[in-house]
Amino acid sequence: MTFLRTASAIVCACALALVLPTGMASAQQGPLRITIEEGIIQPLPFAVPDFQAETDEAAQLAGDLARVIAADLEGTGVFREIPSSAFIAQYTDFETAVQYSDWKAINAQALVTGAVSVSGTNVNVKFRVYDVVSGTTLGEGLQFSGTTDGWRRMAHKIADEVYSRITGEGGYFDSRVVYVSETGPKDDRKKRLAVMDYDGANVRYLTDSSALVLAPRFSPTGDRVLYTSYESGFPRINVLDVGSVQQRVLESAEGTMSFAPRFSPSGQTVVYSLTQGGNTDIYTMDINSGQSVRLTNTPSIETAPSFSPDGNRIVFESDRSGSPQLYIMSAGGGEAQRISFGEGRYGTPVWSPRGDLVAFTKQNAGRFHIGVMRTDGSEERLLTASFLDEGPTWAPNGRVIMFTRETQGEDGASSLYSVDITGRVLRKVATPEGGSDPSWSPLQQ
Amino acid sequence: MKFLPMTVLVAAVALSACTNPDRFGADDALAGNGNPNGGVPLNSIQPGSANDPASTAYFNQTIGDRVLFEVDQSNLTPIGRSTLDGQATWLLTNSDYQAVIEGHADEQGTREYNLALGARRANAAREYLLSKGVPAGRLRVVSYGKERPIEICSNEACYAKNRRAVTVLAGGLTS
Repeated sequence: MTFLRTASAIVCACALALVLPTGMASAQQGPLRITIEEGIIQPLPFAVPDFQAETDEAAQLAGDLARVIAADLEGTGVFREIPSSAFIAQYTDFETAVQYSDWKAINAQALVTGAVSVSGTNVNVKFRVYDVVSGTTLGEGLQFSGTTDGWRRMAHKIADEVYSRITGEGGYFDSRVVYVSETGPKDDRKKRLAVMDYDGANVRYLTDSSALVLAPRFSPTGDRVLYTSYESGFPRINVLDVGSVQQRVLESAEGTMSFAPRFSPSGQTVVYSLTQGGNTDIYTMDINSGQSVRLTNTPSIETAPSFSPDGNRIVFESDRSGSPQLYIMSAGGGEAQRISFGEGRYGTPVWSPRGDLVAFTKQNAGRFHIGVMRTDGSEERLLTASFLDEGPTWAPNGRVIMFTRETQGEDGASSLYSVDITGRVLRKVATPEGGSDPSWSPLQQ
Repeated sequence: MKFLPMTVLVAAVALSACTNPDRFGADDALAGNGNPNGGVPLNSIQPGSANDPASTAYFNQTIGDRVLFEVDQSNLTPIGRSTLDGQATWLLTNSDYQAVIEGHADEQGTREYNLALGARRANAAREYLLSKGVPAGRLRVVSYGKERPIEICSNEACYAKNRRAVTVLAGGLTS
């Protein structure tokens, strides 16, 4: 697999000379900007005409790039694509000044144009973003160089740039998701690890299904994955290098079970659950030395730990009160503060990459929910409801959550879904087989 | 996997602990898995078959290899303790065998919590067997959480059978 090598081959963000369209005299109405926190009622209409093909070999890519960019933006729920059938202007030349009136007439507020050239396996893409209402470019034009097999990443990078310029948020399209791919009936389910682009493209399998595997978690740099494997007959934590698919077991004592691992923000420490004598507590382990430290010591269940982005605290799940609830403790252990106080049972807390929110699974009155709350437990909001939703993971920008949804009954199956933090945009993520336990990578470098 | 009604399991366990030389045949009749008239001639017993009292099949079907739990609980029920009494007696008699006790949960609950809950259940069964004298070195535990349901409907009828601790034998002459 050459994906990572492809990534490093991308020479990013060489600024192009900013070409100001001539005669841009229309009244400024403030910069084009959408604020996501408020919940988007009216998605912003945009147009992405097929890119200009600067070489014959680029003809296919010129359309494909525009389609991926449009799908990324449309998938956020923040934007709405205007189909090319509505276009008045035919976009043919990247350097020709945009006639804003043609795009205003079809109510486009943002316009993305681009051009692509292909020479052998080398691709060069350039693009601009226009604020149609103000009649200006939005930021500078940029160009990317890469290879043909990395073209989707180039499209995602452009979409990230467009998204950032309009929302002021970091992007998340040039990212990957590691998850458990599932086949077979409920009583004979086969599971194997897979990694894919965030949008479900480029699926690659990382393990076979000979042993049960659960809950993969990306490292902070996206190069390694922690997961739980029953290869030895007992649950053990493995660490896998995504590029080489080499893996090793993080050993734990005979007679114990270890599971629910996550990396610390430094990538050097693993926090996880270890069960001994029927009792489950939280430990950390130095991933290189294997040295472990016990952080909780109670007869109750302590599991599903997740570090804060600064590495100083850990949010986790415990039933010490009699039912599973969320708690926060120092990264070194010690006394924990309960943060969940609503009705029902809370589990699988995950600290957002921004540090402001904790996503969780909630079980109440026979339904499951994905929700978010502030780290002091206030402002709880439930984003989803179904027979079984669980296991949230954050997009790198902290604005979207992916999770597992399992359907009810004898034909019950798992799929991946995503929801934005306003709860308005819920989407199924297409995977070739069933999917569960997603973990979102950081933005790729 | 043959599933026995609870009432029959209890009876079978009670009988298995006694020394009645006819017990194999009697158990068979009670369990409803063979000769309806009861009684199998001793010379017809095939080693390793369910008629062989030292077999895994006998343990699984006649002694009962599993105990069930209430929702979100890991306390043994009276029926569960009775089944484990039978398992303990059998394991002490058949000392070639080791066992792994598998703890399971129903699908209600998160993956991580159910792994921990299954471990509690397996451990409860193990502790009980240890209290009856089964050596610790012969009993290991593992939890599968909600990963290995045997019944697949999404209601209590199935959930009740999935909340279980199963004593899986290894070793012995016929395994």
